[in-house]
Amino acid sequence: MSGDEVALSSDEDVVRARHVTRRLAVEAGLRLVDQTKLVTAVSELARNTVIHGGGGVLTAGLVHDGPRTGVRVTCQDEGPGIADLDRAFQDGYTTGNGLGLGFGGARRLVHDFDVRTAPGQGTTITVVRWG
Amino acid sequence: MDGDSRIPILRMGRLLLVTIQVDMHDRMAVALQEDLTGQIVRTGATGVLIDISALDLVDSFIGRMLADIAAMARVLDAATVVVGMRPAVAITLVELGLSLEGVQTALNVERGMALLPSVATEPDADEGEDEDDGPVSEADAAPAR
Repeated sequence: MSGDEVALSSDEDVVRARHVTRRLAVEAGLRLVDQTKLVTAVSELARNTVIHGGGGVLTAGLVHDGPRTGVRVTCQDEGPGIADLDRAFQDGYTTGNGLGLGFGGARRLVHDFDVRTAPGQGTTITVVRWG
Repeated sequence: MDGDSRIPILRMGRLLLVTIQVDMHDRMAVALQEDLTGQIVRTGATGVLIDISALDLVDSFIGRMLADIAAMARVLDAATVVVGMRPAVAITLVELGLSLEGVQTALNVERGMALLPSVATEPDADEGEDEDDGPVSEADAAPAR
């Protein structure tokens, strides 16, 4: 996947991540509601990367599967990792100061959601929303 | 984007009007919360209208900011109405799991205005920020810590 890269270390970077994702979603021909869902999911994940992952990198690009076109976004950090994934997905569970909707909420907004993490090993989350 | 830019707050009688026209980063959202609560106390506003029609996204942070503003304003005796949410944003917000409980919403500015109690109420003729019995002195009368 060729793609855009955004360094994630600040609030402003989360906004940049949203803009990059929006542009790709438009390019992929996603409908407005689908664009909004994807961009919102990426906003949650990018913020998690900044706050919980200690910063990281977002890569995003178009993906194709037969006639379908989608947008794939990966947020990667080398932070503490997630010890209890099941709990992390529960609505209302938070270790930060958020609502605890970010993780589970983001998963509901995309079609594919893949997490690779282990304590001390960082976290890599890849999501895809298809058109 | 300027890291320290703030969202302007307009005063109209006893109302405070906010139109969010930029994609806010989190610090801006927090600054707006602080500015608004400060303005409510300073001006004695009884209503806050927040227009989000220019926002193409409300994620959990912005959603929480809106809910917090409404809760804080309520404690300060002011009502809050959020107007102009785009359909795609509304759909996404609910799917995300955010119901904006406690936040009154309206389709547009006109309807939102109608929901606020004191639109027609002109501020007292002599009301000012340095007035003796105005909101400033109310704040002064708060229990000392």
